[in-house]
Amino acid sequence: MDLKTLCEAQGLSGREEAVRRLVRNECVKTLGADAVSLDGIGSVIAVRKAAKPGLPRVMLAAHMDEVGLMVVSATDDGLLRFRAIGGVDARVLVSKRVKVGYDTSEAASIPGVIGAMAIHQQTPEDRKAVLPIDQLFIDIGARDKAEAEKAAPAGTPVTFDTPYTPFGEGHVYAKALDDRAGVYNLLRLLNAPYDGELVFAFTSQEEVGCRGATAAAYRVQPDIALAMETTTANDLGDTPEAMQVCRVGGGVCVSFMDTASIGDAELYRALLAVAQKAGVPCQVKQFVAGGNDAGAMQRAGVGSRTLVLSIPCRNLHSPASVCALMDVDAQAALVRAWLATL
Amino acid sequence: MEELIRQLTSVYGPSGRENKVAEVIEGMLKGKVDSIRRDALGNLICEKKGRLKTGKRIMLSAHMDQIGMVVTHVEKEGFLRVSNVGGLMVNNLRIRHVRFANGVEGVLVEQPLKHGENSSLQAFYIDIGAKDAEEALKLVQPGDVAVFAEPCFSIGKHRLAAPAMDDRSACALLVSTMLDLSACPNTVIAVFSTQEEVGCRGSQTAAFSVEPDEGIALDVTLCGDLPEDRKLAISLGEGPAIKIMDARSISNPEMVERLFAAAKRVKVVCQREVLPYGGTDASSMQLSRGGMPVCTISIPCRNVHSACEIVDLRDMEGAKKVLTAYLRS
Repeated sequence: MDLKTLCEAQGLSGREEAVRRLVRNECVKTLGADAVSLDGIGSVIAVRKAAKPGLPRVMLAAHMDEVGLMVVSATDDGLLRFRAIGGVDARVLVSKRVKVGYDTSEAASIPGVIGAMAIHQQTPEDRKAVLPIDQLFIDIGARDKAEAEKAAPAGTPVTFDTPYTPFGEGHVYAKALDDRAGVYNLLRLLNAPYDGELVFAFTSQEEVGCRGATAAAYRVQPDIALAMETTTANDLGDTPEAMQVCRVGGGVCVSFMDTASIGDAELYRALLAVAQKAGVPCQVKQFVAGGNDAGAMQRAGVGSRTLVLSIPCRNLHSPASVCALMDVDAQAALVRAWLATL
Repeated sequence: MEELIRQLTSVYGPSGRENKVAEVIEGMLKGKVDSIRRDALGNLICEKKGRLKTGKRIMLSAHMDQIGMVVTHVEKEGFLRVSNVGGLMVNNLRIRHVRFANGVEGVLVEQPLKHGENSSLQAFYIDIGAKDAEEALKLVQPGDVAVFAEPCFSIGKHRLAAPAMDDRSACALLVSTMLDLSACPNTVIAVFSTQEEVGCRGSQTAAFSVEPDEGIALDVTLCGDLPEDRKLAISLGEGPAIKIMDARSISNPEMVERLFAAAKRVKVVCQREVLPYGGTDASSMQLSRGGMPVCTISIPCRNVHSACEIVDLRDMEGAKKVLTAYLRS
């Protein structure tokens, strides 16, 4: 499964069905139907049984959902009101192209554009202010309320419309790199050599509070759980070094701590040592911010030892995130090398 | 009790790095309880079986972790940028002596603020005497955590000051209670929990695996006995406090009543605590599995989350008597 297909698939939190289908097929192809199950909250869990006893049960997790928008109503003029699903910065929305609804075999999604007052009509104050989400609308070319509501009733999911685009030296921009890049790597690791029990959790609803991972980890009760994530690379412009978090092209990013979990101290040391020994490009996340599935997995049931491995991404949660493919490869390589040491 | 507090407050152990504290406590309780184990989050779980089959399983939780400053970045001049581990207040941080796990010492300093700029932790750095980043990185790495280096010292006749009174004073209370607890009808599971300061994480998994009938958190609470600050009806030295509620848990009213009854039996005056903010391990215990009744016994403490947190030994002894009487009933 290529990264392009995964990023271009549509999958808002709670509406991951399209991504789930891709992931499930891939898991069944590699591990067989018996190894793959869906849980009640929409996560795909693939289990590779242990070939040898006495090794830790390892769970690798990446979330299928992406941030986006949801239609809540229509105006009399036929414009769509919407709300954010997950952390979306209102500043990045104006004039962006979106897909209203999902592309399915029966019907295509509706193209839309997020509108705001044109620059000609703005006062100098307007230009300084950020338009909040409740003052933005999606234009789908509908003539009136009835037509808009018929095409996109309340609850219709809306995703950014960005083609996956390679550019520069080994860089790509795309929507949903958070966390399809992690999903991509999880799928590449289905065959990773390891004799202990290995569980692949493709989780749902991370962007709205790590909900899928809570249920998945409760069910699996792993000894060790790794969150395969993306994280903010704030390495543009003249940001002081201490605020950059991590750099695109600097390798897989290992977290000692974020707002949702403190990495297991032993695992943290072990993964850094493995990276060095195996020559996998690796960096330490130099800022404490964000939270992800590790927080949920660490605390589910009797608890697990957790660590977060992230791919640095610029413009996270925007229509066009940027990452370096070498960092994507480094994340998979580090997990592969680490599994071999257990 | 004083000796235990002095010993336990001197051990390094910010959230997520509680290993050394657990080792010390394990050494103290080894052979004095029926079982000792640790879990994935590093909780130290010590069980003492009850005499009666009909007795309850009571979980007591005192957290081992203390607040700290985690290094996020090393500046090229050798200064360390930090982020908070737990709730830090910038007013308690200026020009403080701090120490890392490996013994490296430093001074936490706030850089000069620009006009109109608000104070925040991002304006602080630790000076470890390094001349540049290369020298600093030989001593400390990003991810290493510093804690206040102040030693424990006496003030007045009955009081002790130290960083990490929150919650090592309660760890001392729990160790002391377990050491002296005999002929108890109930099974008592003493949990020395991890990561309370970052959101009561350790006690959540511990409560799940211990599966108690009820839970009691042992923690410090704020005082309202300063000349210009009388918002809270808790005074240092006026006895332990039984928590009625805080922002994250409402104590089970029957447990509160039984604790006050136990206090009466052993003639200890207790204070009634209503804290409009904060939370203890009781908040995570109460929601574990199918839920359970919880309460918190609080040790009044001045200057919580600072380098000089002050407790009164009379409150500590009182708390031990009340807790013991409760467990025996």
